[in-house]
Amino acid sequence: MKTILTTTTAALLALGVAAPASAEIRIGASISATGPAAFLGDPEFKTLEMLVEQMNEAGGLDGEQIRLVMYDDGGDPNRARTFATRLIEDDEVSAIIGGTTTGTTMSIMSVAEDAEVPFISLAGAIDIIDPVRPYTFKTPHTDRMACEKIFEDMQERGITRVGMISGTDGFGASMEAQCKDVAGDYGVEIVVDATYDPRDADMTAQLTNIRNTDGIEAVLNPGFGQGPSIVTRNYAQLAIDLPLYQSHGVASDGFIELAGQAAAEGVRLPGTALLVADQLADGDPQQAPAAAYKADFEERFNQPVDTFGGYAHDAFVILTDAISRAGSTDPSDIRDAIEATEGLAGVTGVYTFAPDDHLGLDLSAFRMLEIKDGGWTLIE
Amino acid sequence: MSELLQFIFSGVTVGAVYALVALGFTIIYNASDVVNFAQGEFVMLGGMITWYGHAAGLPLPLAALIAIVVTAALGVAINKLAIEPARGAPVVSLIIITIGVSIFIQGATQNIFDKQIHSFPAFSGDQPLRVGGATILPQSLWVIGGAIVVFIGLWLFFTRTLLGRAVLATSNNRLAAQLVGINTNFVMTLSFALSAGIGALAGVLVTPITLTAYSVGIAFALKGFAGAMLGGMGNPKGALVGGFAIGLIESLTAGYLSSQYKDAAAFIVILLVLFFMPQGLFGRKSTERV
Repeated sequence: MKTILTTTTAALLALGVAAPASAEIRIGASISATGPAAFLGDPEFKTLEMLVEQMNEAGGLDGEQIRLVMYDDGGDPNRARTFATRLIEDDEVSAIIGGTTTGTTMSIMSVAEDAEVPFISLAGAIDIIDPVRPYTFKTPHTDRMACEKIFEDMQERGITRVGMISGTDGFGASMEAQCKDVAGDYGVEIVVDATYDPRDADMTAQLTNIRNTDGIEAVLNPGFGQGPSIVTRNYAQLAIDLPLYQSHGVASDGFIELAGQAAAEGVRLPGTALLVADQLADGDPQQAPAAAYKADFEERFNQPVDTFGGYAHDAFVILTDAISRAGSTDPSDIRDAIEATEGLAGVTGVYTFAPDDHLGLDLSAFRMLEIKDGGWTLIE
Repeated sequence: MSELLQFIFSGVTVGAVYALVALGFTIIYNASDVVNFAQGEFVMLGGMITWYGHAAGLPLPLAALIAIVVTAALGVAINKLAIEPARGAPVVSLIIITIGVSIFIQGATQNIFDKQIHSFPAFSGDQPLRVGGATILPQSLWVIGGAIVVFIGLWLFFTRTLLGRAVLATSNNRLAAQLVGINTNFVMTLSFALSAGIGALAGVLVTPITLTAYSVGIAFALKGFAGAMLGGMGNPKGALVGGFAIGLIESLTAGYLSSQYKDAAAFIVILLVLFFMPQGLFGRKSTERV
């Protein structure tokens, strides 16, 4: 695997299994496996690589081998645009997965829409599917939904006065704005609002101010990367005795490890079925895919699965399911088949697309999780 | 009052990180006038290699020692392979070479190790120490102590040892230094080894607080550079004071004003200082070096 990764530095990498089969299904991908969004793109890149290999080893999709043409755009929207054009014109792919960040997604989207090639994005922003564009779909839930899920849980616990501490990166800033926007709907008031730079080493100053705010009942920390781990550690250091909520951005076993088991105890966040595959009720449609993906990924790459790799997993499952139902590799047929997807269980949620809904998930895709004894517990 | 104390603890913790990185800049700068922008990568490597060794089952002190030695060796290699062949090029070109080195190290690290965030256990546990209603982590004391020890070591090196003075002489006038019998090539090699070693030591000390990943070097380099500039580039005392000053300004702004203005406040202070004192708080006067 190391040798494969080494070659990715060459900026351009056409991965995949060179199958000599006469008929093959060509799928394109542009992922930010390096650069500032590598934290998100790396698991996505690995996930796609693994899934294609698994499917081809098992005989391919309906007997046809899949050829995945995957480029690393390094998080640069200009490169993403170039790669999208190359995927469509030179590699002649039937569909594109990718756009790790909202920026790269917007670039790929304009190219894919012009060429009328179906495109499944892995980025969070609601602007990607609102307004609905005919050929663009996405798998991650929006940050607005994460806010709603968190406030729903707060409402049940009778929490009304909340302090926020957000990262100033794109993820943190966008979720901060969305949360402030929907807080009122759940009777929650944001009484204090602090920020930190994602590279900061200590947030005790901000947390001290939040703690000293009158009548505060809980703290919410939108962010991803190392920031939330440091916030959680500082929270324990200051012995703040209020519920702490994190975002789906850190829904990974890696977060518990980095924050430390003692500090992370009792933290709640909206996560996906992926983390609690073994705790899902029998008959839950997500149980099988979540358990299988988690086991395969962790065995192969020796790193914990996270929400972001799950987005790539679901994009691949939705796409291959659609190609299979369409029985054709014509982009328009695939697009129609994706839009007709109904009740497809991925690891992120159960997808049902419609002409006016290209996200296909509702709030039930999020599960409220609490960290107990160093592991995840499902809160019902 | 406990609030103020907590803000100060926060500022001192962060400031010690900046100061340690800033100290790493001083040696190479003193030897060659080159601001080594790969300094942050040395810090990152110190953290990453220690994590890797520790995860592979080595005891933490041994893993840390290996990280420091490997990084110092890498510093020597950089000097031999990238800086020395370009000797005679203007300082600006050498600085640009160090930026290239920084990008190369980042790329190599993400391929050799991985792209995830890592950490290893704090040296003296995670139980915070309570002082007057505020708390500080034992690891912060390690970082502060490390910064002070490195500062004293460097100060003694530059003022009390022949070798240290040879470094300063090389910086002042390479040809003259050669004429009085200083092996300037050796001085350069030594300064890269020392700088890289100090950077790696900083990485070992700060990683339990800041966490580490292949990409953290740039942030360290920028803040450490700011600290070194504020205090006066090349002066260990300046690096120490500058680093702590930036950390304190940031945390006091975040505490009393608004966390949104934290970084802006620090940079406004740096601009003001450099505007009125272009050499920094403790910098050498440029006239000495004509």
